[in-house]
Amino acid sequence: MKITQALHYFEYKTLFMVLLALLALTGITVSVSFIDLGKFNVWIALIIASTKGAIVLLFFMHMKYEGRVLVFSFLGTIFFLGIMISFTFWDVGFR
Amino acid sequence: MSSHSDESGKKLGMWLFLYTEIILFGGLFVLYAVYFVRYASDFIEGGKELNILFGVVNTIILLISSFSVAAAITAIQKKEKKMAVTGLATGLLCGLVFLVNKYFEWSHKIDSGIFPNSEKLVDGPVGQNIFFGLYYVITGLHGIHIIIGMALLFISLVFVQTGKITHERFSLAENSGLYWHLVDLIWIFIFPLFYLVI
Repeated sequence: MKITQALHYFEYKTLFMVLLALLALTGITVSVSFIDLGKFNVWIALIIASTKGAIVLLFFMHMKYEGRVLVFSFLGTIFFLGIMISFTFWDVGFR
Repeated sequence: MSSHSDESGKKLGMWLFLYTEIILFGGLFVLYAVYFVRYASDFIEGGKELNILFGVVNTIILLISSFSVAAAITAIQKKEKKMAVTGLATGLLCGLVFLVNKYFEWSHKIDSGIFPNSEKLVDGPVGQNIFFGLYYVITGLHGIHIIIGMALLFISLVFVQTGKITHERFSLAENSGLYWHLVDLIWIFIFPLFYLVI
């Protein structure tokens, strides 16, 4: 039986680069919000937020080196979240 | 060691809980999205009332705190106790600063008559009432998560200090870190929705 935890971690330097990337994306999303692009503002903000979220997930939350169980269960959650969002809009859109 | 512990099982359990959190906040975001489509101009007017500076500063604070907590988890595995304690303490401090900011932000809003069931909102445009209702519910629920996350980080900090969390057994610290990162992740979506007024 495995008692100790497997050691896998990111070096401080990697984590710091990740932080810089996240701060840069924050800067970008704030600056873009001052430019009026109509409908695209929403999508750009959501794409940048999702990118930041993915970075946090992969590096800070270690999803990058997790096994299949966690990866697929996470994707499953996002899939059901997608169903919740799309079906709600389907309903509201055709009322 | 006589007692067996299933470290990867503990992590899976934590993730299952985090999935429910994702659906919880996901549901609130759906609510936001549907009302945004219906009352777009009111939401945009409402968003202009929020101070973007508070949002940006709190985003930066949470990102830094996530980084230091992630660094602390690395430090625990590298047996660098001092670094681990510093990382967790920095994360805690950032959480506190976040809450102080939130306090000033909310007080300012309440002073200017914007709070649930206030006259200004009830008699004003319906869309703005909904916008600020969602603002208080979502940021409030997120704030509660910050407080819980800080409690978990504090417990981890104490256990690292007393040697209860080591490089061989650090599930508690790791799971507390996961919770903290999720709270950061949720803020990453709250920030553009309310402050950049999509």
